[in-house]
Amino acid sequence: MNWSDEGFVLSVRRHGESSAIVNLLTRQHGRHAGLVRGGGGRRLRGVLQPGNEVAATWRARLSEHLGSFTVELQRARAAALLASGDRLAGLTAAVGVVAAALPEREPHPALFEGFTALLDALADSPAWPAVYVRFELGLLAELGFALDLSRCAVTGATEDLAFVSPRLGRAVSRAAAAPYRERLLPLPPFLLGAQAGDLEAGQILDGLALTGHFLESQIFTPHNQPLPAARTRLVDRISRTTTTSGDMIAP
Amino acid sequence: MTGPQIDQLIQLLAKLPGLGPRSARRAALHLIGRKEALLRPLAEAMRQAADSVAPCGTCGNLDSVEPCSICRDGRRDDGAICVVEGVGDLWALERAAIFRGRYHVLGGTLSALDGIGPEDLNIGGLIARAADPKVKEVILATNATVDGQTTAHYLAERLQDCGVMVSGLAHGVPVGGELDYLDDGTLATALGSRRPV
Repeated sequence: MNWSDEGFVLSVRRHGESSAIVNLLTRQHGRHAGLVRGGGGRRLRGVLQPGNEVAATWRARLSEHLGSFTVELQRARAAALLASGDRLAGLTAAVGVVAAALPEREPHPALFEGFTALLDALADSPAWPAVYVRFELGLLAELGFALDLSRCAVTGATEDLAFVSPRLGRAVSRAAAAPYRERLLPLPPFLLGAQAGDLEAGQILDGLALTGHFLESQIFTPHNQPLPAARTRLVDRISRTTTTSGDMIAP
Repeated sequence: MTGPQIDQLIQLLAKLPGLGPRSARRAALHLIGRKEALLRPLAEAMRQAADSVAPCGTCGNLDSVEPCSICRDGRRDDGAICVVEGVGDLWALERAAIFRGRYHVLGGTLSALDGIGPEDLNIGGLIARAADPKVKEVILATNATVDGQTTAHYLAERLQDCGVMVSGLAHGVPVGGELDYLDDGTLATALGSRRPV
């Protein structure tokens, strides 16, 4: 068995003295693990940082074997984020969620595209928190738990959608939500197509609460796992960098 | 082929970093061949280390005295604390003899994959030490890795209310490094951290 693909480093675990078991998010083979000989050594330590883009070749005698990777750095994306605590928190949360939520060896090319877009945004866009929330929505959709934000679950209306049912995962209009408001999750307008530049008070936190609820209830709790600690730290960090007026401080 | 004592010695030596079964056998033979000059002194040194070496209650450095010799040294600058991930990093800085302040060993980095959270690191002790009015600066000397810098940013946040200056090590071109051989991430970081000459 032998294939080559492009991928992002998700996690690295030392194996023995000099090798490492590396998890990659690849375009055509999904999340895939393999042994990297010398992966714990000095030469490859900088390459095998979470978020880095690599060209990988996987080899094994049988497809069910762990196999071994040879990797070549394509783009050192992690290094560019080290100086910004917020963006680094975004990166570690994204790799933590993908590594824990995505089944192994299941191709998700759309998710790979979304992850690429998120890393591009982390590198140079002030709207990266909005892209992060959209990425988590995309992850939920790829795993079969897509939220229906197109129309109201109660009335079928497509206007004034302001909440999401935590049980159904469907939007609810402001009027229909009135009696149950306390039990519904706020739906931030930027998820309905408003431009990221129009972000208002706490919208990002609302978005993270929305995706966090469904990630937890549909994916992590059924596997007796908590949400990844890195994601919790991202939410804490964004809560602290939100001013009293609710506006995000540009990271 | 050999007695159980020698087998046990080989098995234990093979667990040391850098040694496999074959090199452990060579080391065992070497030790046994120099029983008085090497084996007994080594055994005695190891026994003493096992009995007396422990992490310093103040900084986390390994020493046979409490507090450690660095914390006891009155000639050191109480105004600066250098935070490192492990004792190996502290030793590296001491070898370079460039820092004359105090140290604080975290005992690792935050790592979601390995389930290491803030409560697993020696962070409470650092916050308490940084609150001392004598401390003016905390230098975060964690590694230039995603985990190392995630930990540094977390510490910087926690230290915000302590009234100390928080600084970090520079990232960029290593001494003796040639631009042609550097990865684009290191080059970008170095260019971003450029300074007037």
